[in-house]
Amino acid sequence: MKALNSSAVLEKGNSREKPLNKRKGLVSYIKQDFILYLMLCIPVAYIVIFKYVPMYGIQIAFKDYNMFQGVSNSPWNDFATFKQIFSSPQFYQVVRNTLLLNGLDLLVGFPAPIILAILINELVWTRFKKASQTILYLPHFLSWVIIGGIVAQLLSPTGMVNSLITHMGGEPLPFLTNKYAWVATYTLVGVWQNAGWGTILYLAAMTGIDRQLYEAADVDGAGRFGKIWHVTLPGIRSTIVILLILQLGNIMAINFDRPFNIQNNLVMDFGDVISTYVYRVGIQSANFSIGAAVGLFQSVICLIFLLSSNFISRKLGENGIW
Amino acid sequence: MPQSVKNRMVDYTLAFIVLIAVFICLVPFLYILSQSLSSNRAIVSHAVTIYPIDFNIEAYKVVFGDFGMVYSLLYTVVLTAVFVLIALTVTILAAYPLTKKRLKGRNMLLLIMLFTMYFSGGLIPDYLNIKNLHLLNTPWALILPGMMSVYYMIILKSFFQSLPDSLEEAAHLDGCNDLQILLKIVLPLSKPALATISLLYAVFRWNYFQDALFYITDQDLYTIQLKLYNVINISQQMAGENVNVNLPSEALKAASIMFGTVPILLAYPWLQKYFVSGIMIGAVKG
Repeated sequence: MKALNSSAVLEKGNSREKPLNKRKGLVSYIKQDFILYLMLCIPVAYIVIFKYVPMYGIQIAFKDYNMFQGVSNSPWNDFATFKQIFSSPQFYQVVRNTLLLNGLDLLVGFPAPIILAILINELVWTRFKKASQTILYLPHFLSWVIIGGIVAQLLSPTGMVNSLITHMGGEPLPFLTNKYAWVATYTLVGVWQNAGWGTILYLAAMTGIDRQLYEAADVDGAGRFGKIWHVTLPGIRSTIVILLILQLGNIMAINFDRPFNIQNNLVMDFGDVISTYVYRVGIQSANFSIGAAVGLFQSVICLIFLLSSNFISRKLGENGIW
Repeated sequence: MPQSVKNRMVDYTLAFIVLIAVFICLVPFLYILSQSLSSNRAIVSHAVTIYPIDFNIEAYKVVFGDFGMVYSLLYTVVLTAVFVLIALTVTILAAYPLTKKRLKGRNMLLLIMLFTMYFSGGLIPDYLNIKNLHLLNTPWALILPGMMSVYYMIILKSFFQSLPDSLEEAAHLDGCNDLQILLKIVLPLSKPALATISLLYAVFRWNYFQDALFYITDQDLYTIQLKLYNVINISQQMAGENVNVNLPSEALKAASIMFGTVPILLAYPWLQKYFVSGIMIGAVKG
């Protein structure tokens, strides 16, 4: 019965193509939906010119790129670029740093919104709840240039935080100048920027939890914490799993704006990541082939991670990204 | 202790913890704001925390008197507006036809677009592409490469799909073609989704810094973010050379940061409303 219904729906959706004779070819299809195909021209041209042409350009990773000969005519170099990057200690360093900073984001930045969402969800005063959410979302809307500027002022040796520390008799902390402390700063700035915004999906999942479960827990004598542990957390479990898998899939991907705007010359041992390295080597020093090769290495690993994470989330019965 | 009193205590404790989180969110802004409004003497002696000392607006006079800064703000406003207009149009042009299941090649086109979310050429091939198209140092370098986000296109497409089919069928029977249906029926019904997508694009363009750094070297074409980056990171050296600047560079920097933040703060009530709904449409789809 169900199958019958759905096929009926399908037929209804396709009713407009019915009058069309099946034997007619491509031309008649294009004629029938000429306007729709015309609309698609611009987006498709965009995708080809700005997405697929650069993919064709990846070949310079395997060539000695020469500006005058261009992408197609530069000579192949027998993997010399890859031999060069795989023997360079700096390459391993930026890969390690990318994994390190993303790993810390996963370890610290991932649980932060979950905890915050639980706290917000437990608030009983609606207005206070709304107002705090409004303020907690705010950092998400700032550019990394501005956050970088704020961080530099706030955490510099003479900034407010260190002034307060010395005022209370402590030693100033080298938040931005010591490379180990900088790693913590990078991670915590990420928490500051994203923890509030990250609560939205969890809070939405929490509103979907059946009230009766809480009442049943009340009857069973569960306390506040007991209800969080046995009702709220299981209720958002699938959201947590999906977001965790997604973030794991992006473990090799790192944006440019965040590390670039927080890093400085003193902390490059830990602060230099793949994106900023490609910028320095590829664009600033015009070693296009090396930049493209490092980028390709990253893209391929990203692709593998993303596809496997999508696969795993499907296996777990979740929907995946698409 | 009775249960209700204990519960109240827990409520207050939780509220207190959330209040601390809110405070942590706000303090950096208050600090920058107070620095931008404080005197040289107060800043140098590290007395400024979250309220201004020796209130004055000298730093803002300098920032607003800096033609380059104001110009770059206005330029970025225009750039963002043009970008949103183009990006929204292109996104609609992709999303609407792709909702039609009868369209031949629809799945192929979707696959071609989705693939670009998983794999890309990378920074350098992108850069060389822009260079070969002679777009370096033109505003188009900041508009064309990002003029359609496949992710937002999918969000809009799933919104279009959620509209009742019967409306379109009726319009079709009345003799409307697909373009007329799109303009007269689908788009008017999709205003909230279109507003969300526009704001997503606008904030992206306003805040995005990387492409301006890569593609723009001409000072006249600096976006506000690139301009701010230079003010924040180069002003130490500038202040060292320029004897006329008797303001501490800290106050100037702080005022510049506020200058770049205010447009976002002004738009924030709308941003928050529509962004939350945007993230929900995206999640429901997922």
